[in-house]
Amino acid sequence: MPGKMLDLNRTPMSKRSPKERIKTFEEVALGYSEEEALKEANRCLQCTRPLCIEGCPVHIKIPQFIKKITEKDYIGAVRIIKEDNPLPAVCGRVCPQEEQCELKCVLHKKGAPIAIGRLERFVADYEANLGVSEKPYIDSPKGKKVAVIGSGPAGLVCASELAKMGYEVTIFESLHEAGGVLVYGIPQFRLPKEIVKREVDYIKSLNVKVFSNFYIGRTRTIDELMTEEGFEAVFIGTGAGLPKFMGVPGENLLGIYSANEFLTRINLMRAYKFPEYDTPIKVGKTVAVIGGGNVAMDSARSALRAGAEKVYIVYRRTKEELPARIEEVENAEEEGVAFMFLVNPVKYEGDDKGWVKSIILQKMALGEPDESGRRRPYPIEGSEFPLSVDTVVVAIGQVPTPIIANTTPGLKVHPKWGTLVANLTTGATTKPGVFAGGDVVTGAATVILAAGAGKTAAKYIDYYLNNKNKPNIWEELFSAQ
Amino acid sequence: MGFKILEKIQLGPDSTLMKIYAPYVAKNAKPGQFVILRAHEKGERIPLTIAGTDKMKGEVTIIFQVVGKSTKHLSLFEEGEEIHDFVGPLGKPTEIENFGTVACLGGGFGTAVLYPLVRALPEAGNYIIVVNGARSENLLILENELRDLSNEYYVTTDDGTKGIKGFVTDALKKLLEEGKHIDRVFAVGPVPMMNSVAKLTKEWNIKTIVSLNPIMVDGTGMCGVCRVSVGGETKFACVDGPEFDAHLVDFDLLMKRLAMYKDLEKYSYELFLKELEEKRCPGKC
Ligand SMILES: Cc1cc2nc3c(=O)[nH]c(=O)nc-3n(C[C@H](O)[C@H](O)[C@H](O)COP(=O)(O)OP(=O)(O)OC[C@H]3O[C@@H](n4cnc5c(N)ncnc54)[C@H](O)[C@@H]3O)c2cc1C
Ligand SMILES: Cc1cc2nc3c(=O)[nH]c(=O)nc-3n(C[C@H](O)[C@H](O)[C@H](O)COP(=O)(O)OP(=O)(O)OC[C@H]3O[C@@H](n4cnc5c(N)ncnc54)[C@H](O)[C@@H]3O)c2cc1C
Ligand code: SF4
Ligand code: SF4
Ligand code: FES
Repeated sequence: MPGKMLDLNRTPMSKRSPKERIKTFEEVALGYSEEEALKEANRCLQCTRPLCIEGCPVHIKIPQFIKKITEKDYIGAVRIIKEDNPLPAVCGRVCPQEEQCELKCVLHKKGAPIAIGRLERFVADYEANLGVSEKPYIDSPKGKKVAVIGSGPAGLVCASELAKMGYEVTIFESLHEAGGVLVYGIPQFRLPKEIVKREVDYIKSLNVKVFSNFYIGRTRTIDELMTEEGFEAVFIGTGAGLPKFMGVPGENLLGIYSANEFLTRINLMRAYKFPEYDTPIKVGKTVAVIGGGNVAMDSARSALRAGAEKVYIVYRRTKEELPARIEEVENAEEEGVAFMFLVNPVKYEGDDKGWVKSIILQKMALGEPDESGRRRPYPIEGSEFPLSVDTVVVAIGQVPTPIIANTTPGLKVHPKWGTLVANLTTGATTKPGVFAGGDVVTGAATVILAAGAGKTAAKYIDYYLNNKNKPNIWEELFSAQ
Repeated sequence: MGFKILEKIQLGPDSTLMKIYAPYVAKNAKPGQFVILRAHEKGERIPLTIAGTDKMKGEVTIIFQVVGKSTKHLSLFEEGEEIHDFVGPLGKPTEIENFGTVACLGGGFGTAVLYPLVRALPEAGNYIIVVNGARSENLLILENELRDLSNEYYVTTDDGTKGIKGFVTDALKKLLEEGKHIDRVFAVGPVPMMNSVAKLTKEWNIKTIVSLNPIMVDGTGMCGVCRVSVGGETKFACVDGPEFDAHLVDFDLLMKRLAMYKDLEKYSYELFLKELEEKRCPGKC
C-alpha cells in the first residue's frame, strides 16, 4: 500500500487493575473500543501473501476481515470470520495467538504483530451487543440423524456445521450445562459464561437438540444410539476430562484438589457465590498449584479471587518452558502469584485430622531436551525442603476418561495416551460410522484446534452419509492422507 | 426440561421416597448404580442410589434421608414439581450371582442403598438374611419390603426400642457364633458401621462388599473428589465403584474426607432452616 507508514505501536487493550480484579470474578480484559479497533485494524498491511493465515489452525481470512473493520463494516467482518470459525468471541479471548496467527504476522519480526485476537473479539462482541445474530442459510432437511457426544468446542462446531447442511443433530452432554471446558474449566474472569451460553443458544437456534444430563456409555451406549435410536453417524467430542495425579504419598489428604475439581466447583457450580449457591469450596490462606499450563494459571488466579492470601505456582522446569499463554502468565504475575521454578513435589504431609499442611519439594535441574524439545528436568538428590500450605491444586494434565472406549466395541485407543485412534484428516475412528475430534483424539490441546476438528469431521460425516454404499468407504476415510 | 416427581411418600421422620420421571435412566439402570441430581438451579450435585425402576413407566425411585441442606431442600419438593437435573445410571452395577447364603446389613441411609440389591439377590438363587439397623424404632425404613424379600429378617436399634438392642454387627456376630454359615456379606451404612462389619467378617474370613459414599461432584470420573484408597490403590468411587471389597478399603481416609466441608455444610444448612422458618412465619409466631 504505497504511502502507508509502518505503525509499530500495537494498540493496547485496557484491563482491570490487578488490585481491583483479584477481588472479583469479572472479566479482566475489557476489549477494544471502536476507536481502538479502528486504529489497530489500520495498522494491518493487507499483505498480498498474508502469512498470518497460515498461523491460524482454521485459516481465517484475516486480512479480509480486518479490511472490513477499517471500512467500519463490523458485521461484514464477523461474517468473514464465521465462515471458518463459528466461535469468534471465544477464540478472540482464549486462543494462544502469540503462537499462532500473531506469531506469523509479518510485523511480528518488528515486535508489533497486529492484535488479531483482540480484533476478532471486538467484532464478535459488536455483533452480540446488537443482539441480532443473523441465522445462516440452512440446507433443506436431509432426514438423517447424527449424534454428537460432548458439548465442548469440538462438539458445538461439529453440530452447527451439520445442522447447516440439513442434518438432524442431537448433542448429548453428561454435565447439566453445555460448553465443555468453556463452562467448567476456563474461569469467568477470562471467558464470561454468558458468551458460552450465547454460542450454545445460537447452535440451538439451528434446530440442534441439546440433551444435557445424558452420559453416553451409561445412559445409552454408542451402539444403542446407532441401532435403537436411529443415528446414522456419531461424532465423539468428549474431551480429555480425567485428571492426572502424581501418585506421591499423601496426595489424598484433605485440601488437595485436582484442578478439574477446583475449577468445576468454582466455575460450573459457582462455589465462589456460596452460600447463595449450594456447592462449597475451601481455599486456605496459602495455596500451591502444581503445574505450569493454562490450567495451572487459571487455578492460581481463581484461588486468589476465592480469598487466598498467598498463591504459588510450583513448576518443575523454568519460566522459559512454561506451557501457559504468555498473557496469562503476565496476568498471574501482576496479580501477585509467586512462581517457584525447578521444584517438584515428592510428598505431602498432613495434620492429625488429615488436612494437608506442607509439601516436600525436591529441587530439579534441566538436562538434555526430551521428545517434546523441552529440556528434561531431573531431581537433585538430597535437596528436599518443605513448603507450608493449606490448599494444593494438582494441575499436571488430563487424559480422556475411559468410559466411551470401554463401552464401545470396535473403538481403538492409543495404549499409552488413552486417546481415541482417529484419522486426523477426516476424523474417522476405527469403528464405521463413528468419528471423533478435539482433546479426546489429540490429548489436551486448544479450543481452536478442537473447533477445527469438529468442523473437519462434519465435512466427512456428510461425505460418508452421501457415500455410505460406496465399497470400502470406511477404509477410504480411515486411511485418508 | 426438568424431571417430574410422579410420587412422593414420607417413609419416616427424615426419610422420603420419590418416583421421578427419567425414562432413559430407568431403561438401563441396574442394582448398585446411582444417579446424581441437582434439585434446583443453584443446587449442589448429590448422589443417590437408584432404589428401583419401572421401565414401562419410565420411573426411577430414590429414597433419601435428610442430613443437610440439599437433602432438606429436595424433601420440600412436591408431587408434580420438577427436579432440575437428574443423570444416570452412574457407577458399576453390583456383581450378582449365586453366592449361597448372603447377609445384607443396612444402617441409616444404607438401608435404601441395600434395597435394590436385596430385591435382585433371590433371582440368582441366594438364601437371604437381612439385618435392618437404625438408631431408634421410628427411624427404621422399608421394614415390610425387606422382611418380605428375605429368608431371615432381623432388626437392631441402638436404643433397644425394637429388635435386638445394639448395632447390626452385634446381630451378625451372634449369627456367626451360633454357627450360621454365611458365604457373602453386603454392608451399607455410615462409615464406622461398615468399618466394624469389615473387621468382624475379616476375622471370619467372609468376603464382604461395601458401597462407599464419598463426596461426589460430577459422578463421571472427571474431578477426583470421590477418590478412595482400596488395597493401597487410589480409585474413583463414582466410576470404579461405588462397591468395593470391604477388607481392602481404607475407612479412616474415607471418614476424614467426608468431613472436608462439615463446617460450611452446617453453616448453609442452618441458614436455610432459618430462611424456611422466616417464610413459614414472617415476623413472630
Ligand atoms: C482450565 C483450562 C484452561 C484452558 N485454557 C485454554 C486457553 O486459554 N486457550 C485454549 O485454546 N485452550 C485452553 N484450554 C484447552 C481447551 O479448553 C480444550 O482444548 C478444549 O476445550 C477441548 O475441546 P473438546 O470439545 O475436545 O472437549 P471439552 O471442552 O473437554 O468438552 C467435552 C465435553 O464432553 C462431555 N463428555 C465427556 N464424556 C461424555 C460422555 N461419555 N457422554 C456425554 N458427554 C460427555 C464433557 O462433560 C464435556 O462437556 C484450557 C483447558 C482447561 C481445562
Ligand atoms: C454413591 C452414593 C449413593 C448414595 N445413596 C444415597 C441414598 O440412596 N440415600 C441417601 O439418603 N443418601 C445417599 N447417599 C448420601 C447422600 O449423597 C448425602 O447424604 C447427600 O449428598 C448429603 O447432602 P446434603 O446437602 O443434604 O448434606 P450436607 O450437609 O451437605 O452433608 C452432610 C454429609 O453428607 C456428605 N455429603 C455432602 N455432600 C455430598 C456430596 N455431594 N456427595 C456425597 N456425599 C456428600 C458428607 O459426609 C457430609 O458431611 C449416597 C452417596 C453416594 C456417594
Ligand atoms: S481463531 Fe485464533 S489463531 Fe485463528 S485468527 Fe482467531 S485468534 Fe488467531
Ligand atoms: S500478516 Fe499481519 S500485516 Fe499482514 S495481513 Fe496478516 S495481519 Fe495484516
Ligand atoms: S465424583 Fe468426580 S470423579 Fe467421581
